[in-house]
Amino acid sequence: MKTEDLKNSKEYKYGFTTDIENIRAPKGLNEETIKFISNIKKEPKWMLDWRLKAYNRLKVLKEPDWQKPKYPKINYQDLYYYSAPKSSSEKPKSLDDIDPKILETYKKLGIPLDEQKRLNGIAVDAVFDSVSVATTFKDELTKKGIIFCSISEAIQKHPDLVKKYLGSVIPLSDHYFATLNSAVFTDGSFVYIPPNTRCPMELSTYFRINASETGQFERTLIIADKGSYVSYLEGCTAPMRDENQLHAANVELIALDDAEIKYSTVQNWYPGDENGRGGIYNFVTKRGACRGKNSKISWTQVETGSAITWKYPSCILQGDNSVGEFYSIAITNNHQKADTGTKMIHLGKNTKSKIISKGISAGKADNMYRGLVQIKNKASNSRNYTQCDSLLMGNKCGAHTIPYIKNNNSTSTIEHEATTTKINEEQLYYCNQRGLDQEEAVSLIVNGFCKEVLQQLPMEFAVEAQKLVAISLEGSVG
Amino acid sequence: MLNIKNLEAKVDNKHILNGLNLDIKPGEVHAIMGPNGSGKSTLANVLSGKNGYETKGEIKYNGENLSELSTEERAQKGIFLAFQYPLEIPGVNTNVFLRTSLNSVRKARGEKELDTLNFLKIVKEKSSELGIDEKFLSRQLNVGFSGGEKKKNEILQMKILQPKLSILDETDSGLDIDALRIVADGVNSYKNKENAFLIITHYQRLLDYIKPDFIHVLSKGKIVKTGNADLGVELEKTGYANFI
Ligand SMILES: Nc1ncnc2c1ncn2[C@@H]1O[C@H](COP(=O)(O)OP(=O)(O)OP(=O)(O)O)[C@@H](O)[C@H]1O
Ligand SMILES: [Mg+2]
Repeated sequence: MKTEDLKNSKEYKYGFTTDIENIRAPKGLNEETIKFISNIKKEPKWMLDWRLKAYNRLKVLKEPDWQKPKYPKINYQDLYYYSAPKSSSEKPKSLDDIDPKILETYKKLGIPLDEQKRLNGIAVDAVFDSVSVATTFKDELTKKGIIFCSISEAIQKHPDLVKKYLGSVIPLSDHYFATLNSAVFTDGSFVYIPPNTRCPMELSTYFRINASETGQFERTLIIADKGSYVSYLEGCTAPMRDENQLHAANVELIALDDAEIKYSTVQNWYPGDENGRGGIYNFVTKRGACRGKNSKISWTQVETGSAITWKYPSCILQGDNSVGEFYSIAITNNHQKADTGTKMIHLGKNTKSKIISKGISAGKADNMYRGLVQIKNKASNSRNYTQCDSLLMGNKCGAHTIPYIKNNNSTSTIEHEATTTKINEEQLYYCNQRGLDQEEAVSLIVNGFCKEVLQQLPMEFAVEAQKLVAISLEGSVG
Repeated sequence: MLNIKNLEAKVDNKHILNGLNLDIKPGEVHAIMGPNGSGKSTLANVLSGKNGYETKGEIKYNGENLSELSTEERAQKGIFLAFQYPLEIPGVNTNVFLRTSLNSVRKARGEKELDTLNFLKIVKEKSSELGIDEKFLSRQLNVGFSGGEKKKNEILQMKILQPKLSILDETDSGLDIDALRIVADGVNSYKNKENAFLIITHYQRLLDYIKPDFIHVLSKGKIVKTGNADLGVELEKTGYANFI
């Protein structure tokens, strides 16, 4: 089946491709590729050395296989690790320099980049395949001392910050995909909020995979200095293709004393067709360190896309009184698979964590919550509350919950609640009787089921997310 | 408006309705009484199109064959069922539900969808008529509502959706004396020449407020007796023994 045929399928409206000339690294994973990436990004030597160190480490690491969703072996030598629109070989200085085709692409995705039509109160970094093509509202943020730019730019302009924090939460040799990312990462966002500063707008990155046979290796680093606050949101889409594409991202968050980071994801990568052909492998490492006292990191994710989603946004609660939160909606339909959850590692005293997970499976999909709550011996008076709810639509899908719990401090408590329910026929009937058709009814009930998570999203995105929930489940009942 | 001929209904091979006949004309109020388990709720569900029943016979609604319409199409064409046990839908704001519902019905009727402002105006008016505190409407649908509050909420929905045929399944059960009066007033104020009611009840006291044109006694899935408003008073005294 060709990409053209896939386009006829109605559910995924972001499945178009942009026909654009690319610059690519030679195919395959080797030192030459890594040097190519580092060179084209004009990176300093320390960065290249760091990448090569990761690459050498990678050679002895094995791909993990403990996860539930199995996938055919990925041939890493058959992938492109860098692909960028030719027009962006020099990062555009202004929007006039951006290829109109790219501007058009983002417009179609609902993310206008041009000055007049920018999203209100949201600064956007747009990443197209392997490069950041535009960042809006830069000047306004700069006035407050806030740095919001692509990671490539940060490596050149803010090397001290990058050197200090990159890899400080996800070590270079953490695990296979994280190490792979460290070797070949291409672009992503960099955020630094100076002390006692409240970021005046939402910061957002929009990731778009366009090129075929290309992996996307996003790297994002967010640092909230003492007493600062930032809310960050990422969105993702990709064209429909009948091949599987790899997105292996590393995201590191660092919150110092009294700082707060709110990180939201609306993940809508192409999920593959209804027979399970194509779709993105979304293998992502996201980790936040609550390094300072009274710091807080809150993850919210709405995962509706991808053939396979495999990620555990985590919090390391080092600072005393620090707080970690994880709010998740994972929807799988047709042949999609998700193995997702979180890790909350309590190290400091009086640390608190809260986990709210809503898994929804339909079709022949599989949905797994896997989470670890660990309270170390010094983390006195710490608390965790976990609630995992699964909703099943039909008889062919699955839901699983695996909570790992390790409590090494007798003054601390861990609470866990879990439910699994089938979509309630009586509720559907009640809605139908009030004039709602099956899809409206499902959307209403499922959105109700997810409400605790949806209301964590910034207002502007909550509405979009609700629609996405409805679209992802189209045709799943009745 | 509604013509039922020889209606039979089975669930899991159990016969529940066994050749039921009923005609309802616009402007009429019909009451159905009958022992527990006689098939009253089943009749209501079959009329509103609940899945899972195997039916025989004929149901015509304004000339259309009901069995060809989906549940939501029937609702959109003006059939409303006030549930004996209204459902709770966690996480769904009552106002949002009411508005989604009203707009689906309006869309089907070819009317314009209402924006929040206009919708709230309607809700405000109707809920104050029923003595429903507006605070209820920002709560999750029916979640934690008392039995009586749920029933009142059903009547509120009826008044908002403006159906042609309203089927009330034991809406009076669980209502306190004042609420019963309010609900009855709600029905009476909505009653007109164009719409009709099918009221399922166990108690004459509701029929003191809402005067039915006909009372039917349902037993073992069949109407075994039809009379006027006086029949209710008689049943109250003698019970069903004489009719079944
Ligand atoms: N899904 C079902 N499976 C098996 N039996 C059923 C089912 N639904 C209803 N019945 C049976 O059909 C009969 C009629 O039920 P129905 O609810 O219509 O009674 P009713 O007249 O409304 O009673 P009540 O006055 O108690 O509300 C009962 O015996 C009930 O147990
Ligand atoms: Mg009943």
